[in-house]
Amino acid sequence: MADAGMLRFHVPEPEVRPGGTPDFSNVTIPKAGSVPRPEIDVDPRTIRDMAFSIIRVLNRAGEAVGPWAGLLSDQELLEGLRHMMTLRTFDARMQMAQRQGKTSFYMQHLGEEAVSCAFRKALQPGDMNFPTYRQAGLLIADGYPMVSMMNQIYSNEADPLKGRQLPVMYSSKEHGFFSISGNLATQYIQAVGWAMASAISNDSRIAAAWIGDGSTAESDFHAALVFASTYKAPVVLNVVNNQWAISTFQGIARGGSGTFAARGLGFGIPSLRVDGNDYLAVHAVAKWAVERARRNLGPTMVEYVTYRVGAHSTSDDPSAYRPKAESDAWPLGDPVIRLKNHLIHNGVWSEDRHTQAEAEILETVIAAQKEAESHGTLHAGGKPSTRDMFEGVYAEMPPHLRRQRQQAGV
Amino acid sequence: MPRKTMIEAIRDALDVSMGRDSQVIVYGEDVGFFGGVFRATQGLQAKYGKSRCFDAPISESGIVGSAIGMAAYGLRPCVEVQFADYVYPAYDQIVSEAARLRYRSNGDFTCPIVVRMPTGGGIFGGQTHSQSPEALFTHVSGLKVIVPSNPHDAKGLLIAAIEDPDPVIFLEPKRLYNGPFDGHHDKPVTPWSKHELGEVADGHYTIALGKAAIRRSGSAVTVLAYGTMVYVAQAAAEETGIDAEVLDLRTLLPLDLDTIVNSVKKTGRCVVVHEATLTSGFGAELVSLVQENCFYHLEAPVARVAGWDTPYPHAQEWDYFPGPARVGRALIETLEA
Repeated sequence: MADAGMLRFHVPEPEVRPGGTPDFSNVTIPKAGSVPRPEIDVDPRTIRDMAFSIIRVLNRAGEAVGPWAGLLSDQELLEGLRHMMTLRTFDARMQMAQRQGKTSFYMQHLGEEAVSCAFRKALQPGDMNFPTYRQAGLLIADGYPMVSMMNQIYSNEADPLKGRQLPVMYSSKEHGFFSISGNLATQYIQAVGWAMASAISNDSRIAAAWIGDGSTAESDFHAALVFASTYKAPVVLNVVNNQWAISTFQGIARGGSGTFAARGLGFGIPSLRVDGNDYLAVHAVAKWAVERARRNLGPTMVEYVTYRVGAHSTSDDPSAYRPKAESDAWPLGDPVIRLKNHLIHNGVWSEDRHTQAEAEILETVIAAQKEAESHGTLHAGGKPSTRDMFEGVYAEMPPHLRRQRQQAGV
Repeated sequence: MPRKTMIEAIRDALDVSMGRDSQVIVYGEDVGFFGGVFRATQGLQAKYGKSRCFDAPISESGIVGSAIGMAAYGLRPCVEVQFADYVYPAYDQIVSEAARLRYRSNGDFTCPIVVRMPTGGGIFGGQTHSQSPEALFTHVSGLKVIVPSNPHDAKGLLIAAIEDPDPVIFLEPKRLYNGPFDGHHDKPVTPWSKHELGEVADGHYTIALGKAAIRRSGSAVTVLAYGTMVYVAQAAAEETGIDAEVLDLRTLLPLDLDTIVNSVKKTGRCVVVHEATLTSGFGAELVSLVQENCFYHLEAPVARVAGWDTPYPHAQEWDYFPGPARVGRALIETLEA
């Protein structure tokens, strides 16, 4: 046998680091409208190539083209635009509030607004999301009060979660939004369990699991795929690939696999990739996957190809690990601008109306913020009581906690 | 009254619970068609169908994680982890998710799950089939932890656990499945059919969580025990002739502190025993509580008898296991102190 030489250890690296010129030439972007739309009861084996392509609807001219277009009316798209703009404005205000010391922490969605805003509109009341910390569009697009979100972020006296959770870890059963843990990937298998329960109960509600590119490396992701595949659970398995897991580029979690969507193929799960910055494409693919789940056809994996324009959180500085202008070079553009251009192309929107809407939304968000701040911020004004700290660990407080509460003097 | 083994009592509890409440779902590795490696779920799939009792992939985090999702939906899953030694892949789901869901969501979502698992040694199971990880769960806010010691309790406590609104860790001392093993491994075990605690009433009954039982009344020393060690402690008392009061804690969290304190104040002495390793074991918590609450009644230091701080060995099983001789020595030393 020939001498194979010394073994070499391989660590993947992103194309470019700070100081370099952003380069996404390795990201193949299919033309809008070029990926076919199969029937929802398609044999998964015949659409394996969809895990390696990108479904897109909006082209550079702002037109909606191809087989995935035409599901939403102009009115619905205008509403979608408003949701994304609201989320962006909400984020900007809360980011600033954190910098002003009104809360400890914040996580924004900049560049990823289409994913959660458009997905929500594909669900029915009663369906349940198991979100990560970057899907607040699910709440905004479902009409959850911004004041409640802000009360949670400020951990103030009106915080629906009584100050127990880190900012942005919302919970709203009523709005189909499972309590965010803050631990990664754990909720993915829980979503599958919820979906299994719905099937066991002969219900019609479905679940949506959410995870980021980095967290797909967790074992719970693989457990979720096994369970979803084995029991054909009515669940949509969403992977938001925003290219960066804090400072770690997506190649570290993806490894030698071509795409994250391709992870689903080994489990026999139909797996699609979609342009995550294209509101129409996200909605159309979500609708397809939700319909499959609802018709008892089992799970679908969807990878949203997008880009995290902002920092991971207020505790992060991306300039230390990626070129500053990288987001400008991202080939799939900005979701708000793309939908705006499409609506202008459709003749139902204009630059002036957009500017006016921005001002109106800012006013609404500021009004909500004022109301929330009247209930306190993290270090000032009304806050949850020390007594609240001891409540809710169990349905009924056990003796040892009662004794500790007495010791605490509350 | 019919007498049952502990496995039969557990199966009975599952059967009664599934019969009363269609929300109760039972699954785990080998749990469905076969009925579990210890046969605790035998016949349940045939009786209640594959939607209510089924086999799971070998993925403990998947089993517990999916159960949390089911509980959030509104079902009451009672899942089996084949051995407590295998629970660690599910530890994150139990600690970070199940235990905190009610708290972190302010009751918006709750997690009424039961995670059953055989615990403890004495079966030549080596380091991967003998561990007693109860302290890893009693340390977690939001969990309840039960260790039954006999068929009657196992049924009543398991039904109570399934009906409890919060997540419960149900540790089944597997050496007790067939009889009240007292640590004398060289002698045959009395079968539950010949023991009064093998009497298991038909139908539904519960035993309240957080209530200890006095298994042997005495005035010289209190022994705090649970699971298999309840019988080891009783054997040690008989064999040393020491008038020990043996408490079976039954539920470790919430703990029946009143019964413990009343007994120790009466006897003035206390020995804490468990199979699990000594350092940071649940015994450390018990000793602290005893000294905090009974200090001026104590006539001797509180002693601990536990597994040595080594991994659970194979060939040296009976050198490791804290049997009646070691417990007996601790009783004598505590009385002589």
